[in-house]
Amino acid sequence: MTPVVLPMPSRTRRPPGALQGMRCAFMRDLRGVLRRRTDAVAALVFFVIVVSLFPLGVGAEPALLRTMAPGVVWVAALLASMLSLARLFADDHQDGTLEQLLLSTTPLPLLVLAKMAAHWLTSGLLLALGSPLLALQFDLPTSSIGVLATSLLLGTPLLSLIGGIGAALTVGVRGAGVLLSLLVLPLVVPVLIFGAGSVGASEAGLGTVAHFSLLGAMLVLALVLAPLAAAAALRIALE
Amino acid sequence: MDSKGFSWYHFAAPQRFYRLAGIAVPWIGALAALLIAGGLVIGLLIAPTDHQQGDAYRIIFVHVPAAWMSMVIFVAMAFWAAIGLAFNTRLAHMIANALVPTGALMTFIALWTGALWGKPTWGTWWVWDARLTSELILLFLYVGVLSLHAAIEDPRRADRAAGVLALVGVVNVPIIYFSVKWWNTLHQGASISLAKAPSMATPMLLGMLVMALGFWAFCIAVSLARVRIVMLERERHTAWARQAIGAAT
Repeated sequence: MTPVVLPMPSRTRRPPGALQGMRCAFMRDLRGVLRRRTDAVAALVFFVIVVSLFPLGVGAEPALLRTMAPGVVWVAALLASMLSLARLFADDHQDGTLEQLLLSTTPLPLLVLAKMAAHWLTSGLLLALGSPLLALQFDLPTSSIGVLATSLLLGTPLLSLIGGIGAALTVGVRGAGVLLSLLVLPLVVPVLIFGAGSVGASEAGLGTVAHFSLLGAMLVLALVLAPLAAAAALRIALE
Repeated sequence: MDSKGFSWYHFAAPQRFYRLAGIAVPWIGALAALLIAGGLVIGLLIAPTDHQQGDAYRIIFVHVPAAWMSMVIFVAMAFWAAIGLAFNTRLAHMIANALVPTGALMTFIALWTGALWGKPTWGTWWVWDARLTSELILLFLYVGVLSLHAAIEDPRRADRAAGVLALVGVVNVPIIYFSVKWWNTLHQGASISLAKAPSMATPMLLGMLVMALGFWAFCIAVSLARVRIVMLERERHTAWARQAIGAAT
């Protein structure tokens, strides 16, 4: 396995601008995942397995499964994104890259945001794209499948953003994986409520505007605040 | 010593605050005992029986103050954590740290008495009502802060990391407070508000206010007692802490 190397600017060049630094961090994380595809695929398979366990556990009653489907898919997505979150900063911390990121001329919150974006692209997005298939297993009507996938598209970035704070707080801590879930899962409860609730609301004929607006509002808020909080947590971890 | 009168920074030194807390703890503790005893007398003996819920409602005198304190302490913890992060003071982090177990205890009491109250009146120990759920999440957040603090060995780093988590989690407290209005479900609305006249009999209200003040005093006394111990633990290498430990044993 080849180690991923950050392209170093030569001494004669100007230091990279903020956008260029973000692009570097983003591409680097993306390349890292592409070279170790098993990690991303494992999270996706975990997601599929957890969802498939429910009909075996609660019985294959179609009406019951239809009402349960949004919640089950959402909870499984939550758990699956926890798996990959633990490695968001841990690998960089181990090989010393994190210290270089802290010393970079690019503001740390922007680099953190780039890393979170790369994380979402390789975990949350895959889960959202895979969800229609699972929804079919639960016999959801076509309109609800679209709502479920949209709610996951809106909600999974929040999992990467809020989860990133937890990942930053647990960098270098023993038993980080369990602790991470303990910290992050209570914080993402509103995302779960509005995400899974949107499918129920659309089935009840209430429309999805309210739920999607709230998810969007939380997303905008988290886009601004989560990188700042995660950057503060990283500075504390490495001081 | 500041000769120009009182200064807030005077007690920011752990050594001075240790002494101040030592003087305050017995007084506030006695006040708490008096208020809680008085509140219990008013609540259990004087307040009239509710015409709908019978005597079962009387658990309100423990349930509501505990629920208030569970939220107030979380905000207080986040406040001190913010002060500690902004000004890098040791004392603020120690106070935030000392508040967490009391806050978790209050949250647990609120949930526990709520379950005991729910059984005779709603017919169930637990419902997935928005307010109950948010209170449960608050308990999880307290546990999260506690376990993050315990997992990091260096106390100063642990303080700051737990402080960031407290500030992130404080978003949850308004959600709890407004949840009854947002998702109007089984849990009743607030009985007391500043905007309108209270919807309960005067002795009930009096009992609840006395109990609430008693819980405030209890939480302050317990937290101050705990912060003294945290201080001694952290400052055990200093002469004054050695002296204090020597004097105690």
